[in-house]
Amino acid sequence: MDANLTPLLPAAEVTLTALTVLLVDLFLREEEKGFLAWISILGLTLAAGMAFFLWGSQEGAFRETVLLDNFALFFTELFLGVAFVTILSSIHYLRETGIRGGEYHALILLSTVGMILMAAANDLIIFFLGLETMSIAVYVLTGMWRERVEASEAAMKYFLIGAFATGFLLYGIALIYGATGSTNLSRISFSLTQSINQQPLFLIAGVYLLMIGLAFKVGAFPFHFWVPDVYQGAPTSITGFMSVGVKAAAFAGWARIFMHQFSVVDHEWKVPLHALAILTMIVGNLLAISQSSVKRMLAYSSIAHTGYLLIGVVAGREAGGAALLFYLLAYAPMTLGAFAVLVALKNGEKDNESYDDFAGVGWKRPFLGMAMSIFMLSLAGFPPLAGFTGKFHLFRSAIVTGYTDLAIIGALNSLLSVIYYLRVIVKMYMEEGGVDAKPFSTAPYLYLAILIAFLGTVGLGLLPARALSLSGVSYISLR
Amino acid sequence: MQPLIGDLSLVVFLPLLGALVLLLIPRAMTRALLISALLFASCAFLWSLTILGRFHAGMGEMQLVERISWIPAYGIDYFIGIDGLSLFLVLLTTLLGAIVILASWSTTDRVKAYLFFMLTLETGMIGAFVALDLFLFYVFWEIMLVPMYFIIGIWGGPRRIYAALKFVLYTMSGSLLMLVAIIYLATRNPVLTFDLLRLYDLHLPYEEQIWLFSAFALSFAIKVPLFPFHTWLPDAHVEAPTAGSVILAAILLKLGTYGFLRFAMPLFPEAALAAQPFIIALAVIGIIYGALVAMVQRDLKKLVAYSSVSHLGFVMLGLFAFNLQGIEGALYQMLNHGLSTGALFLIVGMIYERRHTRMIDDFGGLWKPMPLLSAFFLVVTFSSIGLPGLNGFVGEFLILLGAFRAAPFWAAGAATGVILGAIYMLWMFRRVIFGPLSRPENQKLQDIGAREIVILVPILALIVFMGVYPRPFLSRMKPSVDLVLQRIEAKGNRQQAIGESDILTHASRLTPHALRE
Repeated sequence: MDANLTPLLPAAEVTLTALTVLLVDLFLREEEKGFLAWISILGLTLAAGMAFFLWGSQEGAFRETVLLDNFALFFTELFLGVAFVTILSSIHYLRETGIRGGEYHALILLSTVGMILMAAANDLIIFFLGLETMSIAVYVLTGMWRERVEASEAAMKYFLIGAFATGFLLYGIALIYGATGSTNLSRISFSLTQSINQQPLFLIAGVYLLMIGLAFKVGAFPFHFWVPDVYQGAPTSITGFMSVGVKAAAFAGWARIFMHQFSVVDHEWKVPLHALAILTMIVGNLLAISQSSVKRMLAYSSIAHTGYLLIGVVAGREAGGAALLFYLLAYAPMTLGAFAVLVALKNGEKDNESYDDFAGVGWKRPFLGMAMSIFMLSLAGFPPLAGFTGKFHLFRSAIVTGYTDLAIIGALNSLLSVIYYLRVIVKMYMEEGGVDAKPFSTAPYLYLAILIAFLGTVGLGLLPARALSLSGVSYISLR
Repeated sequence: MQPLIGDLSLVVFLPLLGALVLLLIPRAMTRALLISALLFASCAFLWSLTILGRFHAGMGEMQLVERISWIPAYGIDYFIGIDGLSLFLVLLTTLLGAIVILASWSTTDRVKAYLFFMLTLETGMIGAFVALDLFLFYVFWEIMLVPMYFIIGIWGGPRRIYAALKFVLYTMSGSLLMLVAIIYLATRNPVLTFDLLRLYDLHLPYEEQIWLFSAFALSFAIKVPLFPFHTWLPDAHVEAPTAGSVILAAILLKLGTYGFLRFAMPLFPEAALAAQPFIIALAVIGIIYGALVAMVQRDLKKLVAYSSVSHLGFVMLGLFAFNLQGIEGALYQMLNHGLSTGALFLIVGMIYERRHTRMIDDFGGLWKPMPLLSAFFLVVTFSSIGLPGLNGFVGEFLILLGAFRAAPFWAAGAATGVILGAIYMLWMFRRVIFGPLSRPENQKLQDIGAREIVILVPILALIVFMGVYPRPFLSRMKPSVDLVLQRIEAKGNRQQAIGESDILTHASRLTPHALRE
């Protein structure tokens, strides 16, 4: 039994921070709870530092069930960053809604641990453990704002559907175990290679069930029905976290399990996934057009973005992998930023999430208006912003691997998405009479979070070379 | 020592720099905002004049090339340069960029944002004209959309939001497919590259050329706009504020025709030759249809907008004649249209500012209260019609000359468009400027002042100058046009095209002389 614990260092550090937060919470008075955010942020920063120094290592722990490679580290940094921005943007939100700080921060940190494990897992059981750690924490976070009926409803829905999806996932794992005799991905992949022409039918069934479980988690069509209700009901800061973090973690699974280890049997799963990618894009975009709430629109658009990301999964190979990782990286700042702006619009009891509430914001709060415009334009895929660069590489990966149809459909879907993203801008700049957003003085950290997201969105668009090579290197490190 | 930023980059980014500087000036200081915007726009114009000075007239290749590696893993560079095709279009952009800011002097509504968008728009347009990397070109191409969207949507007329969205959706529906085509094209090269000059040498099978050409052509045809993709144009023009209409008509539309000449035709010559009959047919239909529809308009702006459809049809006709006169004439006509239609929109804007109406029926006899404006208007109208001695004539003449050699039947159709053009323009002019001064509101209209004269004089001067002395323009365009034709000939192994343009290169040496005399 090897006792190499290095691969777990960042995850362990974040867990420790979560426990510290819970402990310190007991000794703080109600008005001092803001301190917890800083403990969390410190912990996240430390973990990010660790991950930074571990970059380039290639190790395994616990009989190769947890791997430390650049792929895992790339996602670790991404999750830590997402948690960082989420916590920064919710400091004011917590005070306003009365959500309890101790649990809130601890749960964000714990779900981050789950995500990190998912990205590092080389064993289906560990992957499942990570997924559950993440999911359960997020279920609770969704319902944290207890006074709101929608939040409880969303949490319940999310929990039930999540449990349902977990069932698929576990059944799939069981079948795969039955067929290959292992839950270790490397060994599964090895035995798949051995029996390339004579796979038992129930192995393929297992792969399909696993695929369905993961499709639930990313909200791909036809398993997307929970997304809008859950996203809308959850506290806004958590919606951003879900939309980016949970999705990225599930796509880490897609990349490591399907694109890499199951690539031997990709003729089995690519055909249905190809269709799912197309349908997910179209359904997400079409439904997003008809929404009247910006938050709900972002939920549907998040489904559409799942569709774009699936292009990378279907394309496969290094091109698809690098493009997938880069898109997840690019998707993070623009989405977190958009939700942070929604948080800024919230005013006491009122959520102010409809399009009409956005009317005139661009003139009342120039910075918020500009930032939101940039996020919307980036999500819609206008150059030179992160979303465009991300889509560009996804489409390129589709074309080089022979899926030109996906690139064309993706491009046409971007056109659909322009309709509803620009509507936000129309409201902000071309109409009057909405609500006033929080000024900088009352929520400085929220503005800081928006600024970070803004710089990320513009930076990844204008100077993507470094991030691109990082995504490539990370994907190639899979073994 | 290598300078930090090249001359051409400076022209591209000076307006953007100005836009960023504007962000630092407080909103209330309207005058300071206007002055600094004008300052940056004029600097860009002056700097582009120095480029004109440094431009070697006899050279067809790219000049003042700058190349910085941008995304090396994907073969994407910041790669710009200028040649005879883009030189004057850049100059036109910088000139009008400064003029429209002067024309917006009386704006009071959210001046800061307005000027910010105007300047970023200018950077986008210049960038698109000089970009030699397809990725970079696409970035500039799309960047233009956003400020124009805001300009129409915020400062436009009553149906501004509809018009702005229509403008963006139409343009994007073409350009997104072009994006896919660009990526496809780049990956077909043995080494992944977006370098236009290297992609020129790539020879693709006919089948693939057709698909890629269709994607590029759709995007450009919407922008031009080629009939039947023109329906966004009247809406956008009517709703846009004066400066927006000027930029839209004078420069944005040229990016479509420029795109054909720079990208679609030389990259996919065989497909372009195959598409020639269709595009010529659409162009001529556009010429006549645009003219007929313009004739029945009651709104001045709408009339000018439809006249653009007609004029741009001429440009497309010239381009797809695939010979020197045709293409040179098209390039010349692009400049002419930019100047004359730009001036028409400016004049309509001046009238609108005074009367708050653009309906032709509301006017009549304007020459009495506004003699100066009427004089300017007259010259611009004549330029638009193509009266000999003014710039429009040179362009239309060359285009028809080229077109008659390529497709005599369609050229004859286009020639009737010239007559129709004269009819609707002169009829409009008569109803607005001449006749009895029947309406009391029109009687005490102020004639144009010093600022407005300053706006119109440079355009008028160019209209006359380009009409009587086209040589300095044509001589700078010719080597580059020759190069395009050579590329098309070298790649398009169709006998007909080669034979035809051989004759034409000889013939062409005569025509500019004939024009000069």
